[in-house]
Amino acid sequence: MLEKYLPVNISTHGGEIDTLLINLHYLMLVLFVGGIIFYLIALVKFRQKEGCKANYTGIKNTKIAVALALVVAVVELVFDVMYSVPIWANVTATFPEPKDALEVRIIAQQFAWNIHYAGPDGKFGKTDPKLIDETDNPLGLDREDANAKDDVTTVNQLHVPINKPVLVYLSTKDVIHSFSLPVMRVKQDAIPGMIIPVTFQATKTGEYQIACAQLCGLGHYRMVGFFTTHTQEDFDNWMSGQVEAAKASDSEW
Amino acid sequence: MDATTVNLHKTHDHHEESFIRKYVFSVDHKVIGIQYGITALIFLFFGFTLMMIMRWQLAYPGEPIPFISSWFSETSMPGGIMLPEFYNSLGAMHGTIMVFLGVVPLAVGAFGNYLVPIQIGAPDMAFPKLNMASYWVYFIGGIVMLVGFFVPGGAANSGWTAYPPLSNIATTGQTVWLFGMVFLITSSLLGSVNIIVTIIQLRAEGLSFMRLPFFVWGQLVTSFLLLLAFPPLEAAGVLQLMDRLAGTSFFMPSGLVVSGQVLEVSGGGSPLLWQHLFWFLAHPEVYVLILPAMGIIAEIIANNTRKPLWGYKSIVYSAIFLGFMSFIVWAHHMYITGMGTTINSFFQTTTMIISIPSIIILTSLMISLWGGSIRFNTPMLFALAFLPMFGIGGLTGLPLGLSASDIPLHDTYYVIGHFHYIVAPGTIFALFAGIYYWYPKVTGRAMNEFLGKIHFWFSLIFINGIFFPMFIVGLAGVSRRLYDGGASYAHAQDILYLNELMSVSAWLLGLAQIPFIINFFMSMFNGKKTEANHWQATTLEWAATPSPPVPHANFIEIPKVYRGPYEYSVPGHSTDFTPQNQA
Amino acid sequence: MQIPYTVEQRQDTGLINSKLGIWLFLASEVMLFGALFSSYILLRVGAIEWPRGAEILSVPIAFTNTMVLITSSITMVMAWASLMMKNFGKFKLYLGLTILLGITFLCIKGFEYNTKFQHGLFPSTNTFMAIYFTLTGLHVLHVIGGLIVNIYLWGPGAKMWKTEPEHFTNRVEVSGLYWHFVDLVWIFLFPVLYLL
Ligand code: HEA
Ligand code: HEA
Ligand code: CUA
Ligand SMILES: [Cu+2]
Repeated sequence: MLEKYLPVNISTHGGEIDTLLINLHYLMLVLFVGGIIFYLIALVKFRQKEGCKANYTGIKNTKIAVALALVVAVVELVFDVMYSVPIWANVTATFPEPKDALEVRIIAQQFAWNIHYAGPDGKFGKTDPKLIDETDNPLGLDREDANAKDDVTTVNQLHVPINKPVLVYLSTKDVIHSFSLPVMRVKQDAIPGMIIPVTFQATKTGEYQIACAQLCGLGHYRMVGFFTTHTQEDFDNWMSGQVEAAKASDSEW
Repeated sequence: MDATTVNLHKTHDHHEESFIRKYVFSVDHKVIGIQYGITALIFLFFGFTLMMIMRWQLAYPGEPIPFISSWFSETSMPGGIMLPEFYNSLGAMHGTIMVFLGVVPLAVGAFGNYLVPIQIGAPDMAFPKLNMASYWVYFIGGIVMLVGFFVPGGAANSGWTAYPPLSNIATTGQTVWLFGMVFLITSSLLGSVNIIVTIIQLRAEGLSFMRLPFFVWGQLVTSFLLLLAFPPLEAAGVLQLMDRLAGTSFFMPSGLVVSGQVLEVSGGGSPLLWQHLFWFLAHPEVYVLILPAMGIIAEIIANNTRKPLWGYKSIVYSAIFLGFMSFIVWAHHMYITGMGTTINSFFQTTTMIISIPSIIILTSLMISLWGGSIRFNTPMLFALAFLPMFGIGGLTGLPLGLSASDIPLHDTYYVIGHFHYIVAPGTIFALFAGIYYWYPKVTGRAMNEFLGKIHFWFSLIFINGIFFPMFIVGLAGVSRRLYDGGASYAHAQDILYLNELMSVSAWLLGLAQIPFIINFFMSMFNGKKTEANHWQATTLEWAATPSPPVPHANFIEIPKVYRGPYEYSVPGHSTDFTPQNQA
Repeated sequence: MQIPYTVEQRQDTGLINSKLGIWLFLASEVMLFGALFSSYILLRVGAIEWPRGAEILSVPIAFTNTMVLITSSITMVMAWASLMMKNFGKFKLYLGLTILLGITFLCIKGFEYNTKFQHGLFPSTNTFMAIYFTLTGLHVLHVIGGLIVNIYLWGPGAKMWKTEPEHFTNRVEVSGLYWHFVDLVWIFLFPVLYLL
């Protein structure tokens, strides 16, 4: 029943998270419904009646309560150790080999997502905060650097191929943001001064969104980027178009 | 009767006190408790008002606010349309005011101050002057917080969590917020030292720890949390003040570029340091919000089921355990910051462990109903509603507490729903219950039951109307602190209609408070006069002193205690309650 | 009615109110400085380079100041002990000495700050200076707080000796506990900032 409320899932790892989430909600439902039935019966059965006195001891069998607490404790620990920890390790701490993956640098700023692809050479050009120019070069990419010649940068346009791991190096120029791809079940804070790797793999093509999940100032609500998933072929086409465009603007330099 | 009048004269040293000494700079814990109570209720109402204004923007993004737009300056609401900066200020101040100026002062400052001494048979708090100081420091802190709204750039707007670097580069309001916090922290420290010493030192003869009403236990554990958890936030506040005023960079690494300008700071700081210090306070703080509430609920349930609390000892031990554990779960607010698997696993395990004592407390309270003879008066209705409402809030803490399931939920409305279920229909309901229950103690008059029941039923319906949809909105992936309530999110389009539902419920909840406010003030003059022990209760505040209590030393004669706190319906007794001071 | 256990101990806890109160207050102070020391460690571990305190700060001055504070702790104990022996004159002398030593500490510290400013070293210079000024500054505030209490007990507060000698002795003892704590914090600060 919960699936209905979740955004679509188009990632390889999202299913695990969804299953955990759904099963947890079943556990919660059982506890709540069980509790509420007991509660309502108690309220009706033991409402104050003429000539009836309360029972000093109440329920005598303390074992039931102890057993209940123990069962819940065990179930919670099972969810923790058997599901949550392994899923977490798998989703956030198991990285593909860079050569097998599409590497992307994502640099958040108030209030946009700067996307940086290495281009055909697979090497990111150097960047330098001093070169930053908000309109022309928000990343401060050093165009003189040989590796930078074929680099592709976009604002708010993240394109990835499906069925291939994506390895994101997440950072931020100013304050804390949080890189959230609801359809991929991915969320990672971008912390100033740190570069944090994030990985995921898409399974379906389509057009989706990047949201910012951490309050980052007055434009937090409109810090929405576009997230497009392509087949490998379409992606390659898109990429070569971008590389051409980057080179063209470069020669104007 | 004769004996009492004689005694009254003996204890009552006859020196007339001026009005100011008696009601303004009073050292009597009862007066201070009332001062705390009134101030906190006003702040609570104010914090709620901020939210009712915000909810307009969430329901109808970008539309001018009707009726009240002329109250605001052009810099916050040009043409009646709220600016994003102002939205953020309202959100940050709502959180701050509700937590630090509303609920804690009401639960600890007012209820704790007024009730702890008379429940343990003490003539006053251990340090009356400190007590007065703590109220006035709180008052100043509150004023400082409000001043924030009038400085250029408006009040603090970086959330109640004030994460740097955002808060470091924020407008002056943030500095004012930090100064306000320093006052509030100081006040809490003074208050908590006082409560702990009072409970440990001034218990009446025969009142051993295991005979304390659970309310007193709640206050004791709460005070320890305040005492030990607040100083790290004070440290964090000092560091942030240094960053903002002295140009240090404790929370800023080098090379930050804000709006195209490289920040001229020495760098070398760590934004996560703030988060660790903040949550080291703020997680224990959430138990500060709930333990006094549980204390109130326990008193009212025992009294109105007319039987002892089931599992008193396990409730007490759970509360103590909760207190200890609350210091080692703080980083469950930081799973998504990238702390690594080992640290996350540690904190999610402690988080699962800390949910167990809460479950034990809640289950024991529920089992206490079994076999009772339940009276459904207004305080009891609020207390009964607390149980399932806290249940929902607590249960939704579990998916947040596991790091893997927290990935989709972190910083969404699901979190907002989780904790509001605990603090609003949980703590706020408990506080309402407490007000209805102890009102006769304080004023000697009972509140009106009919108005009370109207207040209860409408509040219950509308408060669920606000907070239940938040889970759905959160599951759909809508971030919190969004000025447009998610309107720019493609994945949120299907559930946007809920924003309006929540807002309308919030305004109706506001209307539902009118019977309460009327009741609160009218009953002071028109309420039915009551006897000393209005609810036929067993604890000392009801059984051993008139209502309202004797002005100077609380008791005509300091009582002696012979039994546990909840001796209701003792087999073989003619009445269904046996007060603690009955030999 | 009087509040009980301000002078005599409570049987089952073996404490007077103010003593318990000050211990609790000191516990919260430990958390305050503990948080700051932890911040220091975290920042230092995360730093690329960290200057050696001794190269920037003056160890001899700080050492002198350490001695000043330790001596003041001793005179503080003597002041309390004099009261226990009902020797009010000696109490005045020793507490007066404690106050003077406290003021000496502040003067030396002020001089030290001043030379730092002269050399262009400010809190904003680097993280080391930032934490140095913050920790020592907060400590200075604590010294000032302690001085105010001690001056009160030495001056107007001492009248209490005539009316309630035991209560007064307790006050001095409690104030002493606080003073020792402030001293102890410095003893931590000295090696952490100047030597390590
Ligand atoms: C009083 C306040 C309070 C309380 C008591 C709690 C209790 C709990 N909280 Fe909550 N929490 C907050 C206030 C509170 N919280 C706030 C304010 C925030 C957000 C702060 C911010 O970011 O701004 C937050 C956020 C928060 C997060 C971070 C989420 C995120 O940002 O991603 C997490 C994660 O672990 C969490 C977990 C828990 C857990 C496991 C409990 C457990 O202690 C709960 C244990 C209780 C139970 C398990 C219930 C038992 C129920 C039954 C047995 C059923 C009975 C049935 C009936 C009665 C019918 N909370
Ligand atoms: C104790 C804490 C507390 C309480 C009680 C509340 C109560 C309420 N909160 Fe609050 N809220 C927070 C703490 C609290 N909140 C925090 C910490 C945040 C996060 C802030 C941030 O993001 O930084 C938040 C955020 C928050 C948001 C999210 C904003 C966003 O993310 O953009 C929303 C949205 O609807 C909201 C709504 C409400 C509502 C409708 C209530 C209602 O339940 C209020 C009901 C109140 C009453 C019923 C009190 C009425 C008082 C009286 C009647 C007194 C009468 C006076 C006299 C008799 C003298 N809150
Ligand atoms: Cu970027 Cu919120
Ligand atoms: Cu928490």
